Amino acid sequence: MTRRSNSPVAGVLGWLAALLVFFPLIWMLLASFKTEVEAVSTPPSLFFAPTLENYREVLQRADYVSFAMNSIIISFGATVLELLLAVPAAFAMAFFPTKRTRGTLLWMLSTKMLPPVGVLMPIYLIVQWTDQLDKLPSLVVLNALMNLPIAIWMLFTFFKETPKDIIEASRIDGANVRQVIFVVLLPLVMPGIASTALLSIILCWNEAFWSLNLAAHNAAPLTAFIASFSAPEGLFWAKLSAASTMAIAPILVFGWISQRQLVRGLTFGAVK
Amino acid sequence: MSDTAIRTTSRTPVSRPKKGLGGRVNTLPLLGPSVGLLLVWCIVPLAMTVWFSFRRYLLQNPLIHGFAGISNYKYLLVDPALYSALWVTVVLVVEVLVISVGLGAVLAALFESKFPGRGIARVLMISPFFVMPTVSALIWKNLLMHPVNGLFAWICRSLGLPVVDFFGNWPLTAVVIIVAWQWMPFAFLILVTALQSLDEETLEAADLDGAGPISVFFYIQVPHMGRAITVVIMMETIFLLSVFAEIYTTTSGGPGVATTNLAFLIYEKALLAFNVGSASAAGVIAIVIANVLAAFMVRTVASRLDT
Repeated sequence: MTRRSNSPVAGVLGWLAALLVFFPLIWMLLASFKTEVEAVSTPPSLFFAPTLENYREVLQRADYVSFAMNSIIISFGATVLELLLAVPAAFAMAFFPTKRTRGTLLWMLSTKMLPPVGVLMPIYLIVQWTDQLDKLPSLVVLNALMNLPIAIWMLFTFFKETPKDIIEASRIDGANVRQVIFVVLLPLVMPGIASTALLSIILCWNEAFWSLNLAAHNAAPLTAFIASFSAPEGLFWAKLSAASTMAIAPILVFGWISQRQLVRGLTFGAVK
Repeated sequence: MSDTAIRTTSRTPVSRPKKGLGGRVNTLPLLGPSVGLLLVWCIVPLAMTVWFSFRRYLLQNPLIHGFAGISNYKYLLVDPALYSALWVTVVLVVEVLVISVGLGAVLAALFESKFPGRGIARVLMISPFFVMPTVSALIWKNLLMHPVNGLFAWICRSLGLPVVDFFGNWPLTAVVIIVAWQWMPFAFLILVTALQSLDEETLEAADLDGAGPISVFFYIQVPHMGRAITVVIMMETIFLLSVFAEIYTTTSGGPGVATTNLAFLIYEKALLAFNVGSASAAGVIAIVIANVLAAFMVRTVASRLDT
């Protein structure tokens, strides 16, 4: 099983495993093109006239669009807020390390270890007292704070790897600090910032705990919308599948694009 | 928010102007906002949880209030629901860890050999990790595991086997399967990445010595993945301790308390029974457990930081 050999056995096993793992998503995609009757029929209908009816109906429901908008606002809002905080912090620690930098980084990592349920009660009450229940700003801020340590760590590991020679060279060529940062460094670290943003969007988009507990309808994102399908048992599988497909498709693509860089963020730089 | 957090707060960075990129830069305005917000974020809710856990505090009856001493903890510690929830939590974490790390490691080793379409197969393999938990829970619950209309039920019937009613008879196993399906891709992705740094020559040498794939896996690849496996176990444990959405959408903790883990128990006490004091006491227990694990995690990452 070394990487030089083009082993047919490994190929068959690898593809078999991949298709098995991916199968539930294929099955969901198929169900989304069926009628409601076909979706629950046994034996399952494999050959059916595909219909876009479910997608049309889900999209026509005014609330689907508002749930999707909430997901977009929360993910992008939280990511922007988080990067505004994390980029300067990671920059400072990577380029101007002090003897406290290591401790600060580890402390930030440790804040990520707090289980959200442990602080469910106080956060719920703070949000209630400030009249922010079921409103978007509270979810934006919570998502940003939750992912802030991951973002700082990920950016820190990217910034750390920027070649220092190029900075010195541009200093010698007479660039001032501002020019070094905006003309030399920024283009170099852009890919790192972009992958951090992608990871943050993925995590915020799929966040369910606070969405389910702090939002009812007005500020509820797609995670909560999909959960509402669990109530009437066995109904609307085709529509559930269509709504789910639309809810996960953009994030799947983001994940595929950034899979390699995600490893670094998700392991706090311990695996690259 | 762990005790590590609290110990180090006295050492928050007070930056002083320092020679860096060649200019004098004060890093306090850069670092200050993040450190300040994280400090507030980790101290205020934590302090409130601890404070509430010693109070009588019912959201629906504001007349009952006051200092409760340790009675919240006393009631909690004699409540069989707590031990049942702890057991469910342990089963969920351990079973998902064994499945996801075991399968993830074997598949990562398998994906080290070249085969046509390996890149695409890998992308398919990691996909479930990017699916929101409520969607994965409902795909499995309705489309696959439903005892009447689900695909598994049809497969069982076609083979003449009795239909397995997952959520009726094996609710915890069903939840474990769903959560493992989500987290196996995570383990796989991390371990595949870790294996890529394995020295080609080591593998060639093993090949020349006539080592088969199984001995290569156990004697070369697994030791090489050692640190990555530790990190995967730590990270997954942190997240698996708080599994919530999957239980919320599929079983709501039932039948009975069969799938009520610690996270769901706290949710029930807090937002279904509105008992702030009791929910906070359970929250403190959850935090203590997570902290013990966090200490190990921080140490592992710290050792990497030094190299």
